[in-house]
Amino acid sequence: MKVSREKVNKGFAEMFKNGVIMDVTTPEQARIAEDAGACAVMALERVPADIRTQGQVARMSDPAMIESIMAAVSIPVMAKIRIGHFMESRILEALGVDFIDESEVLTPADESRHVDKQTFAVPFVCGARNMGEGLRRIHEGAAMLRTKGEAGTGNIVEAVRHIRTITAEIDALKGMDDLALEETASRCRVPVALVRETMERGRFPVVNFAAGGIATPADAALMMALGVDGIFVGSGIFKSENPSRTASAIVRAVIHWEDPGKLAEISKNLGAAMVGLEMAGLETRMAGRGT
Amino acid sequence: MMVGLLGLQGAFLDHIHHLNSLGIQCHIVRDAEGLREIDRLIIPGGESTVMGKFLHEFEMIAPMRERILDGMPVWGICAGVVLLAETVDGSPGRLDVLAVSVERNAYGRQLASTIRDIDISIPDISDGVNAFPGIFIRSPRITASGPGVTIHARSMGDPVFVQQGRIMATTFHPELTQTAVFHRYFLSL
Repeated sequence: MKVSREKVNKGFAEMFKNGVIMDVTTPEQARIAEDAGACAVMALERVPADIRTQGQVARMSDPAMIESIMAAVSIPVMAKIRIGHFMESRILEALGVDFIDESEVLTPADESRHVDKQTFAVPFVCGARNMGEGLRRIHEGAAMLRTKGEAGTGNIVEAVRHIRTITAEIDALKGMDDLALEETASRCRVPVALVRETMERGRFPVVNFAAGGIATPADAALMMALGVDGIFVGSGIFKSENPSRTASAIVRAVIHWEDPGKLAEISKNLGAAMVGLEMAGLETRMAGRGT
Repeated sequence: MMVGLLGLQGAFLDHIHHLNSLGIQCHIVRDAEGLREIDRLIIPGGESTVMGKFLHEFEMIAPMRERILDGMPVWGICAGVVLLAETVDGSPGRLDVLAVSVERNAYGRQLASTIRDIDISIPDISDGVNAFPGIFIRSPRITASGPGVTIHARSMGDPVFVQQGRIMATTFHPELTQTAVFHRYFLSL
């Protein structure tokens, strides 16, 4: 990938910061998301909660459906491919989507390799549960990261675990000598320069969002307080009792995450949030897909 | 001096290290009250629909317009240009303080985003030798400008850096480059 392409793609991710990216399955939902203040939408045929209950192999969505969403809104449109499925990626790139999510929410296509994202002009976002996973994705060419969380559960516990793990591992780089940095790079299977850059910045050198299990304004504010740059909400909006109100409240919570008084106002009278699931009762754990 | 960063959405934090490197403090503005704390304002890159929506809902448009028309220097970047403009895609713009017409996403989607070298006519910004690497991300296009608007730089024939009194606008992203020359120029307005 040309240096300029990398810069433009990482810079694009910077523009999403302090914003909310919402899963939508129809042009109508996309317009609701845009009106509620989404800074981008993720076009997909089934939200994670439905993928979870219906089982079956989950694949890239119909390009015609993605195109209808691209035509419906003026904000950027993202779409998902299966982990390692570089041909779904080529198709979405040809379609002209703004961002590709190489997502564990879909059924993985390749159990040992992710897409070589350096060979694409379109930017990619990938999930990570820890620093090593995140750095491998950046090394492969990801322009943006997100926690994996556990999608479609409405349960924030895994997303919290992932951002806390990432923060602790990056903090632990501080003060490492060359030998320790090389050992870390070798353990993470990435070049030492990338680990050094992460140490110097005290954070991943790309934008990092929260994803997987965010269902309420309080969840979104919690993740912002834990140091993410913004929020993905999947099932949390269109599986809630009042999607438009919930969507707008989550966007407001990301703006005012530092102000508990405003968060209290924002959280009032939203109707029922999506039904949440306990981790212990899950048949499928998506976060473990692709490491 | 306190520089306000409009903090409703987008890349506002990216300005802090540039401003700090010039010895300037920043204040993140998220409501109308925050506007009283500041001497200058940067409207960052991000999604103009999101920022425009909450400027309206948080009742910030009237007080912000008033400060700008009163002479407070303001710098809009990419989405910020869309918010400042008089006309956006043929309709009235949100703040309507800068006499330009813009078209949103006129160059295309992300695959059309690019870095283009720009020649800038201001000696304080240009070193006179090298062009500035302008990072254009789903950028708006300035299609027309009024007589009070000075065009400092063009790219592919279109204005990309304009100024009207103490209002400055760039359709590209100087905050994503290492140098603080644009911030220094903004502070001189």
